[in-house]
Amino acid sequence: MSFISLNFLLLFALLVIIYYCLPHRIRWILLLLFSLFFYSFAGLEANIFIICSSFFSWACGRLISKGFSAEKLALSSLPEGNSREDRKALKSTFQHKRKLVLLIGLALNLVLLASLKYTNFFIDNINSIFGSKIERLNLLFPLGISFYTFRNISYLVDVYWEKTDSERNYLKLLLFTSYFPLIIQGPIARWAELKNEFFYEKSFSSLRLRSGLYRMLWGYFKKLVIADRLLPVVTGLCAPGEEYKGIFVLIAALFYAAQLYADFTGGIDITIGMSECLGIKLPENFKRPYLSRNIAEYWRRWHISMGTWFRDYVFYPLSLSPFLMRLSRASRTLSPDISRKLGVYISTLVTWFLTGLWHGPAWNFVVWGLLNALFILLAEEIRPLSERFRKRFPSLIAGRLYAGFEITRTFLLMCAIRCFDCYRNVPVTFSMLKSLFTPNQTGKPVVQTLLSFGLSSADYIVILVGVLFLFFVSLFESKHGDIRLSLEKLRPLYRDLIYLGLIVAVLIFGIYGFGYEQTEFIYNQF
Amino acid sequence: MEEILKLLDSLGLDIDVKNCKSLVDDGYLQSLDIVYLLTELSFIFDIKIPAGQIVPENFNSAEALWNMIQRLEDD
Repeated sequence: MSFISLNFLLLFALLVIIYYCLPHRIRWILLLLFSLFFYSFAGLEANIFIICSSFFSWACGRLISKGFSAEKLALSSLPEGNSREDRKALKSTFQHKRKLVLLIGLALNLVLLASLKYTNFFIDNINSIFGSKIERLNLLFPLGISFYTFRNISYLVDVYWEKTDSERNYLKLLLFTSYFPLIIQGPIARWAELKNEFFYEKSFSSLRLRSGLYRMLWGYFKKLVIADRLLPVVTGLCAPGEEYKGIFVLIAALFYAAQLYADFTGGIDITIGMSECLGIKLPENFKRPYLSRNIAEYWRRWHISMGTWFRDYVFYPLSLSPFLMRLSRASRTLSPDISRKLGVYISTLVTWFLTGLWHGPAWNFVVWGLLNALFILLAEEIRPLSERFRKRFPSLIAGRLYAGFEITRTFLLMCAIRCFDCYRNVPVTFSMLKSLFTPNQTGKPVVQTLLSFGLSSADYIVILVGVLFLFFVSLFESKHGDIRLSLEKLRPLYRDLIYLGLIVAVLIFGIYGFGYEQTEFIYNQF
Repeated sequence: MEEILKLLDSLGLDIDVKNCKSLVDDGYLQSLDIVYLLTELSFIFDIKIPAGQIVPENFNSAEALWNMIQRLEDD
């Protein structure tokens, strides 16, 4: 069931009514039942995977917690005057046991994800390297498995690091894993962020409910008016066959930037808005990423929960791993600078390789990830030069013109890297990007071609107005914060008229109804 | 403490590293800087710093970093 179907909206309205009629202490049970019911639309078998993944994490989390308690007990029962080495040895024994449980928990979750998501990718590569003809397997790919596996891993590691307590009640952890707004495309929220939101008492607030509904409406506007309207032209321009080269590559990249942004942030707006209606605050996943001044900053503002997940659970542990620390130590004889950077650079490359692979089992995603790493490391290498430049021309750097230059440069660079996602084929993407710098070889007139994808000039005007509207709201929020708070300060009549206008815009200009198939959110496939 | 201040200075953060109490919260220290710092600190003090220690409270000031190192040395 899709968040953009009428059936879902009716069910959600019913859920909200029953939710607030129930006593607080049992509301989470209703959320769990609704989440499992929602998830069963993706196939009953899919429920088995989510229940198992959650159970492994719960059981291992409990064992780790019990290990901590046992360690404290053992340390307190050591006889007085015991040497520091004895305490250290005891601590180390318990730590090894906890680590083993953690590794088992991680392996169970990752094997489930890897076997379902990457087996066919592995088979394809074996076949192409060795010329074998191993048949691809017809595997189930449970909805949202990439997202809930990451949530479970973060829970397990946080319990291991003592950043959070383990949950005693398995069903409560199952709610964390299966909570329906998060299933389709995240954000990859952490247990510590959500447990208070799920289980602490909150009274009904009409302001919060209204605010949640407004956020959902804004999400529907982005998804139905902009993203889904752009879908046919992006699909057409990026279709296999390398038909649309040259200037069309730039157009495709720009359109895809708008489509992906409207689709993903729209989906997250709906997710956060739905939760707000239920009194549950989710972390934000975007902070105006297209206004970033470099790629590292872009990744701190785009899909924030994924970036921080890879940073906390891959990049940091890998950088501080005994192997890389030994390597850094060994390279110290060469140069302190190399020693300092070696571990960081290797970790950055591995982290982005895995980030690419997480997006999809295909080489285009791996190249996409590695290119991100490459540009981040390149910026790091020229940092001393940039610093000198900044110090030499402080007034230029502080000016709007230079800020505009940096924002445009970052935006275009990200558009180019994103082409690996559009064309889904590494050599084709390189060839298409190369064609940008050659004269229009296709001989196709731009306007007629763009009108040949089933979109009229009126559609393009709607897209342009919609994108400009998004841009101005973004600019407004960068200066004044959440626009809903500003609208709340208006007279109720004016505020309601504005929201009514948005509803009318979605109803008139949205892509939905008979003859249209509901399109899934792009991040759903990851 | 001197070593920590020297290391923070070498990152070229363009702030008063001695008195700043929000190195992470205000975005002065990014993930690459944090790993540079930890790599150097583990060499200087000959300690193993687990990734679980990377929380803003341990990195927001030179003093917080110093406290973390002393805690790890005691362990």
